Amino acid sequence: MTRLVLFLPLIGFLVMAVYFGLGLREDPSEIPSQLIERELPAFDLPPIEGFETGLASTDLVGQVSLLNVFGSWCPPCAVEHPMLMQIARSGVVPIYGIDWKDPPGAGSAWLERHGNPYQRVGDDAAGRTAIDLGITGAPETFIIDHTGRVRYRHVGVITDEIWTGTLRPLVEHLQAEARP
Amino acid sequence: MIAELGQFALILAFVVALAQSVLTLVGLKLGDPVIHAYARAGALTQFVLLAAAFACLTVLFAMSDFSALVVAENSHTDKPLIYKLTGVWGNHEGSMLLWALILAAYTAALALAAKPVEARLISLTFSVQSLITAAFTAFLIFTSNPFARLFPAPQNGQDLNPLLQDPGLASHPPMLYAGYVGFSITFAFAVAALIEGRVDARWARIVRPWALTAWSFLTIGIALGASWAYYELGWGGWWAWDPVENASLMPWLAGTAFIHSLRVMEKRDTLKAWTILLALFTFSLSLAGTFLVRSGVITSVHAFAVDPTRGVFILGILVAVIGGSLVLFALRAGHLRPTGVFSVVSRESTLLVNNLFIGAACFLVFFGTFYPLFVTTVSDETITVGAPFYNSTFNPLMGVLFILVPISGMLAWKRGKLDRIVRLLTPAAIAALAAALLAFWIADRTRIAGALGTGLAVWIALGVLIDLSQRIKLFNQPLAASLSRARNLPLGIWGMIVAHFGLAVTVFAITGVSAWKQEASAFLMPGQSMRMGGYTLTLEDARREDGANYITEIGEFSAARGQRDMGQLLAERRYYQVRQMSTTESAIRTRATGDLYVTIGEPVAERGWPVHAYVYPFAMWLWIGSAILALGGFLSIADRGRRALTARKDKPADGQEEVQA
Repeated sequence: MTRLVLFLPLIGFLVMAVYFGLGLREDPSEIPSQLIERELPAFDLPPIEGFETGLASTDLVGQVSLLNVFGSWCPPCAVEHPMLMQIARSGVVPIYGIDWKDPPGAGSAWLERHGNPYQRVGDDAAGRTAIDLGITGAPETFIIDHTGRVRYRHVGVITDEIWTGTLRPLVEHLQAEARP
Repeated sequence: MIAELGQFALILAFVVALAQSVLTLVGLKLGDPVIHAYARAGALTQFVLLAAAFACLTVLFAMSDFSALVVAENSHTDKPLIYKLTGVWGNHEGSMLLWALILAAYTAALALAAKPVEARLISLTFSVQSLITAAFTAFLIFTSNPFARLFPAPQNGQDLNPLLQDPGLASHPPMLYAGYVGFSITFAFAVAALIEGRVDARWARIVRPWALTAWSFLTIGIALGASWAYYELGWGGWWAWDPVENASLMPWLAGTAFIHSLRVMEKRDTLKAWTILLALFTFSLSLAGTFLVRSGVITSVHAFAVDPTRGVFILGILVAVIGGSLVLFALRAGHLRPTGVFSVVSRESTLLVNNLFIGAACFLVFFGTFYPLFVTTVSDETITVGAPFYNSTFNPLMGVLFILVPISGMLAWKRGKLDRIVRLLTPAAIAALAAALLAFWIADRTRIAGALGTGLAVWIALGVLIDLSQRIKLFNQPLAASLSRARNLPLGIWGMIVAHFGLAVTVFAITGVSAWKQEASAFLMPGQSMRMGGYTLTLEDARREDGANYITEIGEFSAARGQRDMGQLLAERRYYQVRQMSTTESAIRTRATGDLYVTIGEPVAERGWPVHAYVYPFAMWLWIGSAILALGGFLSIADRGRRALTARKDKPADGQEEVQA
């Protein structure tokens, strides 16, 4: 009997270890978006300085697209930018941009300096749309299907691996799905 | 080049630690006497190598070498040098390296301090300790390399989180780690004792100073963390029952129980398996706390998910270290036979009750911390466990325990006389009751907790003083004789008295800060005033200035209490451009009776600056109280030196060298 009692701490610990193991599988960067499989929240953003057209949620209906949230103030966005340029040049999928919390003119100066990968850019200087989208930090990227629903959310920089390993296959899958 | 040197030193440290761990075991098996000497050399080598690696990382930060990944991610050329240096441990990789370095420092300290008695036990301890070092250096090398390069190197870094650019937080992690990691030694001793299948009073005597060292550092570390939260977060919250804070509280509680039960084992040679289990638990909780909480499983926004291999690796270490030690415990603890017996009324029994209460309190914190994880794992719901839970469970438990504190200190070992204690402590009880009633009367009458806390603090403080006066026979003989008795009182007893007195001060401060705090807020234009709790606060001026790596808005206040001028207060709101983050620098006027605490927010057109003012009664005693607590711990360590010399002349278990209580 006493011998069995001595095993109790071990058993308690093993139960905890199993839970820690299960807890590890929950990936906090993937789960939180409430938007997955839902329609994109409606927005109609004005153009950034020096551009003619802004960006509305309705612009994203009709084809599979990437929606990228960036800001000229955000260092990781600068890291990500060449990758976006490369995607844009490949022509696999159109990219739309939301310029988040930038002062007037900063976004267009940024695109002028680094190149513009976006079909259209909306100006979200006040950050309202970013709140609707549940943005936690820039950059963030959503994959939107042809019906205008959010299918995937990526938090952080899109690297080569993430593009070829995750985003691109999903985009191609959705494009195939869109064809009748 | 420097990064590569650091990397090299780190890998060497891993190899030496692994080799030492295995070779010591082999040597013990073969009965080779050379092994003890080798263990010492190995321990010192590990420390030198890890110190070199740490120095390399420090140089990288000092030189702002952005070709090193951690430096680029956590530093910036504009940052003041002091925060470049403290930034070394302001990130995951660097703090893990600090962890490993402190681990090696303890091993080296053991190598220098260990006497050639109990050679087998000490060698086994080295082996366990080195195995832990090997595990953590491997974790660094394979999943959290602090010396990874970044190519191409960026022009500048991303700066350190501005909340961490603070002197309090700069010193908090080293102290905290010195506490957490210090318990690795007691853990290693416990495992060694289980392998040997023998624990006795001498074991307790060898282990006690290590336990006390770790406990004292942990006390300081927690207090520094609390004071950082108080000064830096901008609302005076010094404790929020947040998982990260709980992670430091749990090993502190287990460690507190451990040092008390260690005393029982040292004096009376009993509670053996229990003491060993506490030694294992204390370090296990340190490990679980450091990693599972700091690195992402619970507060999820951090880095773990980015790199799941880290999580798996850490879990592997936890299972090996904790699981392994508990298997050993299950198999061997049955062999540990207690020799001492004690009656219900004795110091042993009160210390056992102390252990049960602290154990229960620790379990409550554990439950409150991990239950949310449990819920999210089995369902989609997310829940949080907060202050109300702890206030209604943890606090009453602690309150009852505190009643025992002076009684336990005065009871004799083995069989105590309760009537004597009752007679001696009656004045303390009456004073405590009076203080509680007084607090209830003059302070806020809706807060029963305030009255209870005050009563408990007075009870502990007076009880401890009565205990002291009994021990030195104050008032019963000439003062000079009492003073000479005081000088001859063992430092261990002094340590206990000082620590318990510090506990009384801390309890009182916690009561004051939480039960009687006052707050008020208002929009102020320069020249306007607000009133709160007897204070008048006037916003004299608001202006903008440039700091080293931030822009700041400064609110200049003048404060008065009644007619008395209390001088100028400067509250700031800083904006750090690189990280795009704001921090508040509260203005605090500290007095013995309480702090006036003022913060200023972002101005609103037409209405002025939002100003939030608080009064935190007796806040400074929180820091003084915890410092006294830690001082008590340190005093008790010093006790060992003197006793060690006479240890072998003593009768082992029943050596009642202290004055009859």
